[in-house]
Amino acid sequence: MREQKTVTIDGNEAAACIAHLCSEVIAIYPITPASSMGELADAWSAVGRRNILGSVPHVVEMQSEAGAAGTIHGALQAGALTSTFTASQGLLLMLPNMYKIAGELTPTVFHVAARTVATHALSIFCDHSDVMAARATGFALLCSNSVQEAMDFSMIAHAATLRGRIPFLHFFDGFRTSHEISKIETVDVDVASALLDRSLIEQYRLRALSPERPVLRGTAQNPDIFFQSRERITPWYQALPEVIQTTMDRFADLTGRSYRLFDYVGAEDAERVIVMMGSGAQTAHETVDSMTAQGEKVGLIKVRLYRPFDAEAFRRALPSAVKRLTVLDRTKEPGADGEPLYKDVITAIAQAFGRGELPRMPHITGGRYGLSSKEFTPAMVKGVLDEMQAGSLKNDFTVGIVDDVGFSSVAAAAGFSLPKPAAARAAVFYGLGSDGTVSANKHSIKIIGETTPLFAQGYFEYDSKKSGAVTVSHLRFGPHPIRAAYLTQIGEADFVACHQTQFLERYEMLDKAAEGAVFLLNSSSPADCVWDTLSRGMQEQIIRKSLQFYTIDAYQVAKDVGMGRRINTIMQTCFFAISNVLPHDEAVAAIKEAVRETYGKKGRRIVEFNFKAIDLTLENLCRVELPGKVSSTFDRPEPELGEAPEFVRQVTQPLIGGYGNSLPVSAMPADGTYPTGTAKWEKRNLALEIPVLETDLCTQCGKCVFVCPHSAIRSKAFPSELAANAPPTFKHMPILGKDFDQNLRMTYQVAAEDCTGCTLCVEACPIRDKAQANRKALNMAVQSPLRESERVNWQFFLDLPDMDRREIKRATIKGCMLMEPLFEFSGACTGCGETPYLRLASQLFGDRMLVANATGCSSIYGGNLPTTPWAKNRQGRGPAWSNSLFEDNAEFGLGMRLGLDQQAEYAAELLNDLRPELDATLIEELLTAEQSDEAGIHAQRERVALLRRRLETIDHPKARALETAADVLVKRSVWIVGGDGWAYDIGFGGLDHVLASGKDVNILVLDTEVYSNTGGQRSKSTPRGAVAKFSAGGKPSGKKNLARIAMDYENVYVAQIAYGAKDTQTLHAFLEAESFPGTSIIIAYSPCIAHGVDLEHNLRQQELAVKSGHWNLLRFDPRKIKAGKNPLRLDSKAPSIPYEAFAYTESRFQMLTHTHPEVAQELLSAAGHDVVERHHHYEQLAALSVEPIDEREETT
Amino acid sequence: MIDLSTTYLGLALENPLVPSASPLSRSLDHARRLEDAGAGALVMYSLFEEDLWEEEEHMVKFGVELHVGHHEAAHFLPTHHEVTTTLESYLEQLAKLKSSLGIPIIASLNGTSTSNWLEHGKDLQDAGADALELNIYYVAANIEESADTVETRYETIVRELVANVGIPVTVKLSPQFSALPNFVRRLESAGAGGVVLFNRFYQPDINLEALRVDHRLALSDSHDALLAMRWIGLLYGRVGLSLAATGGIHTAADALKVIAAGANVAHLCSTLLIHGPAQLAAIKTEMSQWLEGFEYESIKQLTGSISQQHAPDPVAFERANYSRVLNSFRLSTGRWG
Repeated sequence: MREQKTVTIDGNEAAACIAHLCSEVIAIYPITPASSMGELADAWSAVGRRNILGSVPHVVEMQSEAGAAGTIHGALQAGALTSTFTASQGLLLMLPNMYKIAGELTPTVFHVAARTVATHALSIFCDHSDVMAARATGFALLCSNSVQEAMDFSMIAHAATLRGRIPFLHFFDGFRTSHEISKIETVDVDVASALLDRSLIEQYRLRALSPERPVLRGTAQNPDIFFQSRERITPWYQALPEVIQTTMDRFADLTGRSYRLFDYVGAEDAERVIVMMGSGAQTAHETVDSMTAQGEKVGLIKVRLYRPFDAEAFRRALPSAVKRLTVLDRTKEPGADGEPLYKDVITAIAQAFGRGELPRMPHITGGRYGLSSKEFTPAMVKGVLDEMQAGSLKNDFTVGIVDDVGFSSVAAAAGFSLPKPAAARAAVFYGLGSDGTVSANKHSIKIIGETTPLFAQGYFEYDSKKSGAVTVSHLRFGPHPIRAAYLTQIGEADFVACHQTQFLERYEMLDKAAEGAVFLLNSSSPADCVWDTLSRGMQEQIIRKSLQFYTIDAYQVAKDVGMGRRINTIMQTCFFAISNVLPHDEAVAAIKEAVRETYGKKGRRIVEFNFKAIDLTLENLCRVELPGKVSSTFDRPEPELGEAPEFVRQVTQPLIGGYGNSLPVSAMPADGTYPTGTAKWEKRNLALEIPVLETDLCTQCGKCVFVCPHSAIRSKAFPSELAANAPPTFKHMPILGKDFDQNLRMTYQVAAEDCTGCTLCVEACPIRDKAQANRKALNMAVQSPLRESERVNWQFFLDLPDMDRREIKRATIKGCMLMEPLFEFSGACTGCGETPYLRLASQLFGDRMLVANATGCSSIYGGNLPTTPWAKNRQGRGPAWSNSLFEDNAEFGLGMRLGLDQQAEYAAELLNDLRPELDATLIEELLTAEQSDEAGIHAQRERVALLRRRLETIDHPKARALETAADVLVKRSVWIVGGDGWAYDIGFGGLDHVLASGKDVNILVLDTEVYSNTGGQRSKSTPRGAVAKFSAGGKPSGKKNLARIAMDYENVYVAQIAYGAKDTQTLHAFLEAESFPGTSIIIAYSPCIAHGVDLEHNLRQQELAVKSGHWNLLRFDPRKIKAGKNPLRLDSKAPSIPYEAFAYTESRFQMLTHTHPEVAQELLSAAGHDVVERHHHYEQLAALSVEPIDEREETT
Repeated sequence: MIDLSTTYLGLALENPLVPSASPLSRSLDHARRLEDAGAGALVMYSLFEEDLWEEEEHMVKFGVELHVGHHEAAHFLPTHHEVTTTLESYLEQLAKLKSSLGIPIIASLNGTSTSNWLEHGKDLQDAGADALELNIYYVAANIEESADTVETRYETIVRELVANVGIPVTVKLSPQFSALPNFVRRLESAGAGGVVLFNRFYQPDINLEALRVDHRLALSDSHDALLAMRWIGLLYGRVGLSLAATGGIHTAADALKVIAAGANVAHLCSTLLIHGPAQLAAIKTEMSQWLEGFEYESIKQLTGSISQQHAPDPVAFERANYSRVLNSFRLSTGRWG
């Protein structure tokens, strides 16, 4: 055994490095939380890192996990060592191939960061529902409980699969293990070489398909032999446990780390034993250790190999004195009489007892914990073990929640916590996603892990927003390996840091502080005043726990050294200076070294600035003298809920406040249905500056409202008499334009507390002061002094009546911007390029709109709780929204259409059936209503209301049926929304089918040219020459032309738009698409942070994209063919600027000039040719003469 | 064959025609063609201080610190460990030019501050530069900043750079100095081996449609060369450092004039961008023919021969010229009666 090197990495990296070492082909598809494994493998291959055989693995990104699985299957049949990484829905898409791969006895390893399978809701977090869905595939299921095990079991899996011929699904808990950074011992190439038997690789290769040794595999079999063939495989499964144990033993010889198929820990004479697998077992382990030390007879069996389930090995692991056994499953199988692990255990024990191998049948209970990363703490373990002791544990229990419906829940042991070993330290940091807190903490862990003998652990929590997201970093350090697989507990932290003062209002924070802990606050208040900025509760905790209170004005320090608003190094320096984790001088030297390593290659100046910042931080960090008594006069503010509905008060508000964990089961909707219009209750106050209107300049063009990604600036035209009650600072002006009633006043009002300060409205404002060109009709001003008055103004604005939609000229920007947005205040990135399209659709059609939303950014900012931006109007109407999956969204939306059409037909039939009872004119009008404009829609709604009144008087079952169906007589607008990952890749098959269907659905592709939600992986929409994950060397091929493909059907309405380049074209495209009585597709250019450009330049980027020819504006309307006109209208001109003038403003293109300068030149030059040719081609198409359809029909 | 050789910054050049900092030196092929056309030396395109800063900021922002704080995406662009920075590309191109060309290569540093970008001078020297041209493109817009402070800033930058390198340093100046000869002497004392007169501040332009200020590049014309000619004429013989003329030298006549005023070299840029390398050969041939025609033995004979010191009419370089020119203007006939 040789000493192993230590590294400080996360679970994904641990697994990926072994997979890369042991594979020749890796086929993947991005999915949270497994994405980074594929990205790392790709990055390593890109720099020529070699596998154990000395070759560089080929890493390929496919169009879906189903595609990846097929590729893997093929690569395996060709004899290449192959693996993949996935999770959740991705694993489900691989299942069909997994059956095949296992049925053919093919060695491979699928590394899975276990994640919840979507049921009533999608969840990116951890449980074992995905893995459990794969347990019938025939794959071996091997579970790692920690980052160390993720590396070790990866190695064991790759070695054992070759020997045992059974493919492996190696899994570990998503986020908790996949994203936890931990100091571990590595498995080096020598260990891997010793374990991976070359003769087995040769044998595997000889079994591969080869024309030199032709065979037939994958036959179709008949009833005569299929059954026997299935049984023929059994010996391999019987042999596998021994193969794995032997591999584990060999691994132990090489590394000193020893594992069993079932590892027992705890008292030798334990009477109460828990059985479980995954990261929760780490928590159970340390709890059992602690309780055993107290003399309690408790134990834990950690299940390593779940499939094949080796009942004999399990029985051997069980202490002989066991009386009560509790099996904890991290999954739920509704309707089953127990979860899978529980049932395997009970079967194994019953069979052993039946064979007389056990003296008595222990009492066995099964329970669930940790679904979707629900915390699992030592107090919960203790709670379960205590209930076992009392004999009161009911079967089918839950732990970690309050179940007041099924009364299944076991309470955590009140006040229980594990004693912290001497010299162990815990720290918790509250930061913003954008302030670099997480990256600084990752550096700190690495510094401590790699420069000291201490063990280190880091875990990072994020909220569900993309703009202004809050991050909480949980760090632990200590002399012993850290098993705590849970967040910082109450009273545990020796160091609590608040990097943003606004969090003082939002988080308890100091409840986590231990006695005598350090509290660090970044505040602009001087040290002698900062005490007064704390609430009563905080002051009380500081005094009671004798906290050491430090403060620094990090933003001032950053400004002083020229680092803008970058405070990460400054706050990190504070941590090292006062946490005493490392000696002071050593810590400062280590931070400087880390800075040099991180930034050195990129630039000396940044290094110099950081060094200055470190030195200045040490000078500016102040300890606050505690006054000894609470002097504050205020408490942490409660959110103002006004007239919020009951559900918002009872459920939404606790979720916003971070108290969702305390909500009981009864508070939850049973079917995952939630109210809309909730984002407005989440006043996030993100903007430092907000737009302010200058009524003397404003020409009421409406462009500011049109471009706002957060629907935070709105317009209303209202009767002038209502202005009398306006608050004093409410701005309004006489309406301009002869189309309007001149008694109207016009206002543009900002929702100051919902605005994110992206500045795009000011950017879009075309009006400048004649005498002072830098004064526009909208200008940014500091938010805080305006907040209160604007809050009042906003409320007044909301209370003003909306203009009658029938009177609005919706084909003008000014007009349609008077329509109420029913998509507001999303948590999308500040300046998001997607959301204005959704807002526009909601304004135009929201009151009769169904949305099928593909998984991705738009489903996250659209439907990730606590709130949703989808809203409803005064009449209670608004978009009804749902997300099915990533891959099936087009079909999902088509299904909505078919469902509506069917009901409309049914309603029509009922109307006909009820003719004798109803007015014939009403029936005719209802059935033939013209609903192409707001007046038509309004009239039809009136008719439906009249119909309902009439139906009330009719005593007939069909009248009751028609009452239910009548609403669908009003035209419904079905919108199928998703990103390019969906439309171009994973969902393309379905999209294509829906395009061909001719059904009246509207498809909106929010094209960011990259997988945005999962972090910038290449899609088939990614343009030539752009750098993306899986195209680190620049995408060599051009972007797929989805518009052309759609146009080829000839009966599909197609538009390609970019609202920042030509707003009226965007508006008209939406109106035309919706009015087209068939399938429509709008492909919408959406600048994204993944392009490597500040989104304050969102509009400029769209303009450049269009001017350079990168993005063509076009509309293809099949209705024109009938009139003998060319259906294609090219709305953008020939490229008028060089392609580089667009491309080099974005890092995605620019990066390549730094990494592969010659390739960059070649690809950009090719892209330049592409745009010219494409435009020319469109021009030719648009110039073709077209025969009217009738004439064509006559001539054929 | 007439002797066109000259000495510039202590470097022996075969002739005084030197392509100035321009995109032409970004291509090895273009650089070779310039040498083949007879360039005496080559000034590389500028390594801009703000480009380096911007690049650092950009790389840090989008490459290192693009934290959006979301569970699903820690970052958006692939992490590149092997990044070639602008500085590295510059050094690589410099090394390539040095190994492929026989003529001296003068690297160009462009910036305004005294911070650590001056360290890059050493990098350029190590990569093989024969000399450095320091282009201090500083617009003294601060109303609190006096002329002396501005001059001191230049002096400090030059002193720091010279202290860092062992190769000659020449300073490219703008014409906006109130007491240029005195200032040049200060630069000489600070260690400058030469001055290049003059840098052209590309003037911002107001876009009357968008009501904003735009930037545009305008190439020089021959008339621009007279400014450099005058000040070189004034400096020649009064300072010990090398003199280079730049801006507006399009023809052999332009070059001969600035040399006659005292320039050791005549920089060419716009004319090469417009007409290609053949223009350099044509100017060189024409210069030789002129010199031969006027029976000069060498270009050295011409250098400074019509400087203020040596001009038949020394005051022509100064104010006297002014009133004569003004008075020589005639109103358009038919417009003013």
